[in-house]
Amino acid sequence: MTLLRTITALVLLGCLAVLGLGNAQAQDAASPQQAPPELRALAADSYTAKSRAIQDLVASHAPRTRIWLQALLDGKLQRLEDDGRFVIVTNNRGRDWTVIDAVDDAPLGEVSRRHIDRITINNALRNQLRSAMAILDLDADDPAERLASADRLIGEVDDSLAEPLSERLDAESDPDVRAKLAQALALYRLQSGDAGQIDAAIDTLSGSLNPTVRAALGQVARGDGEAAAAAQQALAGIEQTLKLNHAAETLYFGLSLGSVLVLAAIGLAITFGVMGVINMAHGELIMLGAYTTWMLQQLLPGQPGLALILSIPAGFLVSALVGVIIERSVIRFLKGRPLETLLATFGVSLILQQLVRTVISPLNRTVVTPEWMSGSLVVNEALSLTLNRLYVLGFALVVFAALVLVMRRTRLGLEVRAVTQNRSMARAMGIHATRVDILTFALGSGVAGLAGVALSQLTNVGPNLGQNYIIDSFMVVVFGGVGNLWGALVAGMSLGVINQVIEPWAGAVLAKVIVLVFIILFIQKRPRGLFPQKGRAAEG
Amino acid sequence: MRSPLDTTNNHKRKEIQVNATKPHRWIAAGLLGLGISVPALAQEDTIKVGILHSLSGTMAISESTLKDELLMLIQQQNEKGGLLGKKLEPVVVDPASDWPLFAEKARQLLAKDKVDVIFGNWTSASRKAVLPVVEELNGLLFYPVQYEGEESSENIFYTGAAPNQQAIPAVDYLMNNVGVKRWVLEGTDYVYPRTTNKILETYLKEHGVADDDIMVDYTPFGYSNWQNIVSNIKQFGSQGKKTAVVSTINGDANVPFYRELANQGIDAADIPVMAFSVGEQELSGIDTAPLVGHLAAWNYFMSVDTDANYDFIDNWIAYNDDDDTVVTNDPMEAHYIGFNMWLQAVKKAGSTDVDAVKDAIIGVTVPNLSGGYATMMPNHHITKPVMIGEIQDNGQFSVVWQTPSTVAGDAWSDYLPGSRDLISDWRKPLECGNYNVVEKTCGGSAE
Repeated sequence: MTLLRTITALVLLGCLAVLGLGNAQAQDAASPQQAPPELRALAADSYTAKSRAIQDLVASHAPRTRIWLQALLDGKLQRLEDDGRFVIVTNNRGRDWTVIDAVDDAPLGEVSRRHIDRITINNALRNQLRSAMAILDLDADDPAERLASADRLIGEVDDSLAEPLSERLDAESDPDVRAKLAQALALYRLQSGDAGQIDAAIDTLSGSLNPTVRAALGQVARGDGEAAAAAQQALAGIEQTLKLNHAAETLYFGLSLGSVLVLAAIGLAITFGVMGVINMAHGELIMLGAYTTWMLQQLLPGQPGLALILSIPAGFLVSALVGVIIERSVIRFLKGRPLETLLATFGVSLILQQLVRTVISPLNRTVVTPEWMSGSLVVNEALSLTLNRLYVLGFALVVFAALVLVMRRTRLGLEVRAVTQNRSMARAMGIHATRVDILTFALGSGVAGLAGVALSQLTNVGPNLGQNYIIDSFMVVVFGGVGNLWGALVAGMSLGVINQVIEPWAGAVLAKVIVLVFIILFIQKRPRGLFPQKGRAAEG
Repeated sequence: MRSPLDTTNNHKRKEIQVNATKPHRWIAAGLLGLGISVPALAQEDTIKVGILHSLSGTMAISESTLKDELLMLIQQQNEKGGLLGKKLEPVVVDPASDWPLFAEKARQLLAKDKVDVIFGNWTSASRKAVLPVVEELNGLLFYPVQYEGEESSENIFYTGAAPNQQAIPAVDYLMNNVGVKRWVLEGTDYVYPRTTNKILETYLKEHGVADDDIMVDYTPFGYSNWQNIVSNIKQFGSQGKKTAVVSTINGDANVPFYRELANQGIDAADIPVMAFSVGEQELSGIDTAPLVGHLAAWNYFMSVDTDANYDFIDNWIAYNDDDDTVVTNDPMEAHYIGFNMWLQAVKKAGSTDVDAVKDAIIGVTVPNLSGGYATMMPNHHITKPVMIGEIQDNGQFSVVWQTPSTVAGDAWSDYLPGSRDLISDWRKPLECGNYNVVEKTCGGSAE
């Protein structure tokens, strides 16, 4: 007890000492800040005054201009309530924020957020700041930065900027940056309406997919004379390219949606298609895979990418294990009674959902998308493929290929096919049918877990996750032909593409309805789906 | 009506009451006869506050925090000595995001638990389900969420924003301060977005926006495949005119929507998204760095710089076991205001009698969390400041525009045919929720 007290006392003393130090430091730095007038002006009340202050600051060429502009853009440039000191916030999580002096970078420790006033900006100022910084960055050493700022300046060139920009163009060595700078200048010349330069400008701009360029060309094209004809021609070329890109984009969207459907359905294609078990808890097995990803990310803070990769095997195992438990405890007693199986597994699905709600939370969990999966792969200015969906598309194909290999090339696959075709004959040949049942169900459930891992990157991870996919999964399996992996692949992909082709003109709600109606009609015509099973298995 | 402070004759009155009510009270009476005290009996002298928020299902994400907030407010009030000398007692039920169940649970609260007031509901669908029940059983319901208007019930108090307190000022801001010429109205497919968009479409067309410059689109609840829609918005916005998205997307569909916006590189400076249903709670699920500058219109933001707000936040954090990650949002402020209004009205009326409170509450003024005051208007809506906030990289909003004074909620929109002639005034002698000022009759409707 006394020991405890001593320790507490020591800790308290230590805290006091640290506090004292902090105070001393704050006092050291408390000498009045020598903030230049340009910086002071940024704290004006109205946005118009702030906008003027930014212009003045840029014109002043103060050495810290770039830092202040960046801090202002990020909302990190703030003022202390007590002494009006300008600070840059380096950490704004929690109740106390870490700040440094905006003029000399002196650390000022932590300040309660109550005592800091933020210098607010709006979107118009944000645009102005970005352009101002783009001009400063034109002299940057990194060509990528120069490229970004040249791109930014397309449509923002005015009379005062045209001259320095063309000098910059002459000095520029990087071909990409040169092209962008030339476009920016050409657009300026096009808009300034100097007749002698318009033709050359249109020539430079034809083929550009930049929306600002297109709008400007459109304006010229609406006029008349030679320039308008040239602009119309350039525009027609651009529209043609855009149309192609748009078609490619729709196809990508369709395949991406299809890959999600395939992932969700392929586990079901095994349990329902091959084993004939209607597993309404399939969606919840997907959900468990997604929660496994979340759980691993909680266990490995700061390494979302590693956690995501590890959750591929982990998600498989967790869902497979739960699948085996469901098979052993419920489904095996209901063999050959589809209606009872349906009801029982529906019950299981409700139990699993409520379990997650009670044990974890009824609220959605945040699964972090790792850096390398965010953003998009820019093909050109009109076509960019979002990375997270690109990865999921690839993942779906890998999982599919692996499953086909397992079913075609391994002993397990052979036994599964044998049991499916003729259970008693397979048993007579010495195949342990019960074991095959367990393993098949585990495989199907595990694949559902993999789908969950992938879906955690695309949608909300919550107790209802599974419900959103169960209907779609059955749809894909039935459409593709029960018991056929390839059917599931083709069905999933084609439903995805059909949906995405319809969606732009019918809307998301109607597109789904149309797809459902289409499937109903299709099943009327071909009750066994796209790829019906042939031979004896079909009669069983 | 018995006096709330009279406890002397407790015993006898209890027994009389017991005869009229449920069997377990009989047992309690028996135990009382044996001289055994039962805690349940102590509760007889409490004021019951019903809490009707979903604790499971799709809406749990938004509604469960409101339940916690009310528990906190009730706890705080009890620490201050309760109300009229009695303790407040929360009665929590779970309508499970199931609209018909909302009606059933409201009936249970009013008829069985005999609560004096109900705080609850989120979606308009659930409010529509509860409305006939509270009117039939003459209850009080405080509804804390922004909604589409076109409704005014004698028994419901709307502490969230009506369209003229959120949607119209937000569109004005985009039109006048941002210079938007092309509009995408994107919403979830149910009554609130559809009515709001109908109002906005009329409003925009009255302000000279061409049909071609308005795109309206709806998606189902919980939608997650946004790629095509976001790409369409991008295309719609690249026609040379300044474009903005007005989003009435509700619930957790917002998370994948904003993710897709970020992934496809839609920058707020090019195509800003103005959301009516996205608050701090919804943003807590996403990395907001790529979303900086997108907008939301509310009547309160957690970042509001007032002492009242900081105290409220600190209390809320303390109530949640010092979990620094919890956030406050606009519907929470609405409940804070509604709860305080109800307290004041009860004090003014001197009892919790529904009719007395209903009369007393009109004109009651309480401080809101943004440094101003909220007044209950005769149409059962309150006055609120309208704020436009831009998303910051820490999941908070920074207020970029605010109405100079508070705006009174208008139950019947001026931008819908049929509804523009209607007013609502629950004071005597009018006492009508849908009075037609042209025909001079009570009982008009929007359709």
